[in-house]
Amino acid sequence: MATEQRQFTHLMRFLHWLMAAMVLTMLGIGVAMVASLGDYHRLVSIHRPLGIAILILVVIRYVNRQFSSLPPFPATMSAMERTAAHASEISLYALLFVLPLIGWGMLSAARFPIVLCGSLHLPPILPHNVMLYAFLRKTHTVLAYLLFLAFIAHFGAILFHTLVVRDRILSRMVPWRVDAR
Amino acid sequence: MRLGVIGIVLLAVAAGFLYLGGWFSPNALTPARFVDAFERTDGVFSGFRRNHAKGVGVSGYFDSNGQGVRLSKAVVFNAGRVPVIGRFSFGGGDPHVADAPTMVRGLGLLFRLPDGEEWRTAMVSLPVFPFQTPQDFYDNLVASQPDPKTGKPDPAKMAAFGAGHPATVKAIDIIQRHAPSSGFENTAFNGLNAFRFIDATGASIPVRWSLAPVEPFVAMTPAATAQTDKNYMFDALIASISQHSLQWHLIVTIGKPEDPTNDATVAWPEAREQVDVGTVTLDHIESEETSPARDINFDPLVLPTGMAPSDDPLLSARSAIYSQSFTRRAGETKTPSAVTPAEVGK
Repeated sequence: MATEQRQFTHLMRFLHWLMAAMVLTMLGIGVAMVASLGDYHRLVSIHRPLGIAILILVVIRYVNRQFSSLPPFPATMSAMERTAAHASEISLYALLFVLPLIGWGMLSAARFPIVLCGSLHLPPILPHNVMLYAFLRKTHTVLAYLLFLAFIAHFGAILFHTLVVRDRILSRMVPWRVDAR
Repeated sequence: MRLGVIGIVLLAVAAGFLYLGGWFSPNALTPARFVDAFERTDGVFSGFRRNHAKGVGVSGYFDSNGQGVRLSKAVVFNAGRVPVIGRFSFGGGDPHVADAPTMVRGLGLLFRLPDGEEWRTAMVSLPVFPFQTPQDFYDNLVASQPDPKTGKPDPAKMAAFGAGHPATVKAIDIIQRHAPSSGFENTAFNGLNAFRFIDATGASIPVRWSLAPVEPFVAMTPAATAQTDKNYMFDALIASISQHSLQWHLIVTIGKPEDPTNDATVAWPEAREQVDVGTVTLDHIESEETSPARDINFDPLVLPTGMAPSDDPLLSARSAIYSQSFTRRAGETKTPSAVTPAEVGK
């Protein structure tokens, strides 16, 4: 009998934890920099390249997911819970893709240089239009808060399954190898 | 019990983010509170900058003579020409204020470099800046807010600010001994903050920069003309540029290790080496309503490779506050500028 896949692939787990660290850092920098005077420049200089790195990684991650086999949900999860988990995954992917894109777009509309590192910079993807900038700038904030809420929901659900249901759901994603019990 | 633990963990994470966002330090100075102070002092004028609100757009070019190459690897200093967009302005948040030679004049410039990089700088006519830190600037703004009873700043509050800020008093003394010129066209503009230039070997030096006008200095005259023409200084600038292009030498002053780079209230000694790195030529002027300059944030930290911020605390704060002002006005309905397209065309 073929053993059932219990964990996500190595690459998927690696990308998950790498991006988890990047996204949490990004959310922290984002919320801190808009309230900061002295650290504003340093933080915004990290925010831009880190955002573009997340944009690239989320595309790689999404494509890789389409070609990977996924471990099944634990038997403890009801059909409704599975639908909810799936919806939250989709919204996380969508936000991680759209947020950096809006950041890039809003700087383009502000006609602000999109410097990544040294003289390396990205071209504008939208015309110079400050009304459009103002709209995208607000959207960027709203979606960032939504991403934070989506993260809290995701983290909360995992804590619930791990501490209350105790169905070893976390073992699907932990970086180390977990054998069947 | 376990549910309680989960709740506490999630709340702690959320609280951590709120802490980073400054929710637990309501008195800390933020870009938003800074711009609020500008708005309380000068009012809100839809679509206008919160400071340096009155202005006109200009464009032209910078001819580098190659002398800057040994100071900085920034491609703007390679011998040759790069296009420039700029904006002349008066300090203060009122976009309809009557021109007066005693007000601070500003010049924002954007150099478009051939490799796609940009250099932006916002300079003023003051020889030194009156405040050492963003907090000093803010405290002065608060002290100079109009008293609701008199409609004017409270002299007692202004005096109290001066007593607590000797560096500001010294800087204002330097500023008052500096005679303003008659118009924009013969104004020297100073970058004020120190920056660092990095050369091709990676060596870094402290610098300040300024624009020295080619037009000869003429002392200002009392602003009687402003009673008949509120825009008389801008009109003189328009008339001047329509006759011939205006030029400024870009002068880089090289600091010594003992010169302060974190204090814009202090002038560097006169004897410091000055290098003329090229000429800015402005040959086109237009109303803000048609100029791309209106919608540009002249953020002093848009720097090409080869230039870097110094340790001056004003720099990051200027970047943050300009961005906040830009974001607020970007979304507002644009109202007509004092200097109209018809005025520039006449």
